Amino acid sequence: MCLGIPGRIVAVNDAEQCRGIVDVAGVRREINLHCVVDDAHPADSCVGDWVLVHVGFAMSRIDEREAAETLRILAELGEMQRELEAMRAPADDAGSRRPGTCGTSEPGASSNGPGA
Amino acid sequence: MKYIDEFRNPEKARALLREIDALVGRIDLCRERPLQLMEVCGGHTHSIFKYGLHTLLPEAVEFVHGPGCPVCVLPMGRVDDCVALAEHPSVIFTTFGDAMRVPGSRKSLLQAKAEGADVRMVYSPSDTLPIARANPDKEVVFFGLGFETTMPSTALTVLQAAREGIRNFSLFCNHITIIPTIKALLDSPDLGLDGFLGPGHVSMVIGTRPYRFISRRYGKPLVVSGFEPLDVLQSVWMLLMQIAEGRCEVENQYQRVVAEQGNEKALAAVREVFELREFFEWRGLGTIDESGVRIRERYAHFDAEKKFSVPNLKIADPKSCQCGEVLKGLIKPRQCKVYGTACTPETPLGALMVSSEGACAAYFNYGGGRFEKGPQTYRESVTAPTKTAT
Repeated sequence: MCLGIPGRIVAVNDAEQCRGIVDVAGVRREINLHCVVDDAHPADSCVGDWVLVHVGFAMSRIDEREAAETLRILAELGEMQRELEAMRAPADDAGSRRPGTCGTSEPGASSNGPGA
Repeated sequence: MKYIDEFRNPEKARALLREIDALVGRIDLCRERPLQLMEVCGGHTHSIFKYGLHTLLPEAVEFVHGPGCPVCVLPMGRVDDCVALAEHPSVIFTTFGDAMRVPGSRKSLLQAKAEGADVRMVYSPSDTLPIARANPDKEVVFFGLGFETTMPSTALTVLQAAREGIRNFSLFCNHITIIPTIKALLDSPDLGLDGFLGPGHVSMVIGTRPYRFISRRYGKPLVVSGFEPLDVLQSVWMLLMQIAEGRCEVENQYQRVVAEQGNEKALAAVREVFELREFFEWRGLGTIDESGVRIRERYAHFDAEKKFSVPNLKIADPKSCQCGEVLKGLIKPRQCKVYGTACTPETPLGALMVSSEGACAAYFNYGGGRFEKGPQTYRESVTAPTKTAT
């Protein structure tokens, strides 16, 4: 019951009661939007939002910028490793050697940016 | 699916695993014994086993499965209370599917239903109100359980019932809170943990500040984590990075969902409807101070414990059942005497075998039981020598 699932709000059918329709992988259902609306983001403006849905309630608006940032960090990590392997390749006879203790950028710090 | 598939990418998982391997080499402690990282939340336990993440990590990193499965920590006496309420002739008893099969001392809710009690499974607490409107001569009781993740939805349902003047709806409140429970674990002398994966969806409600005491007072790092494989692996990597660098902080891997301050609207609804109980009983952990909530006096007419006489008996777990030791991380599910024999997901003896978030059910379904498919598939995609397209 604690597992939330991401869905997209496709309609707001009762802005006053904060009720909208969410689409989760093609399945549509009415949900309560109370926890994701405020004066700055009223119910009317929710269509198109990605939200995390728990037991019929939208509990969090998924921050697309943060999602992209997390994925960017992970992509950079892969690129960094390929780069290091490429740097190592001419020196190493066997290309299969695993990268050892390598000085990577500080991922913990960069993923702990503003808006935490 | 958006926000799911990207966080399962095998190539990125491989990159993370290589980084984790490298970090293990930098941590002296790893040469003495494996690091013990507790995933507090049952949702993480489920993900770890579903994707076989424990088999992908180096041996120097071990998961300890925490108490964060609300169904699993419910004492047997509370299940008996549910059955007693459900068997009341005027009651329609509604609950989440997870709770239906949890064994009570006499029977489960599912058995009570088979014997004629009106027990209905609902997806959402708000589904209970139309049932109440359609059955004015019945009392519709919702079995509210879960941590702070599900607490706001129950609170908002009570508030809606109050607004609409629905008199035949009540709540059997078994909601619990995470912070006192983590504190009780940290105070337990037989627990040797090196760090925590913080519960992502509880944190979405309460934020990340309430965990600060864990790093400041107990010197343990905590990383709030999402639930997809990359989320969990990245959180492990962030924990190891802290340990390797001698830092001890609360960090947030799940920034796309969790804000530092939590969700104020959800917290406001919770504060309006609920207050702390002096103590609450947990299966396997005993009684923990201020670890549960009850309905405030001003909403007493929605409180099933005030409307009905609930037996509220203390029932000891079956002797053969070792759920408590598993919950505290003292033994692994497979070391339990009845795991996989007398206790299986089809015929559970203990609650940990019932819910998909329970450690034993996760072990059985994805690891030690008969269904090896889940982890193998993901494992193979991560360990395969060829590169997978993104």
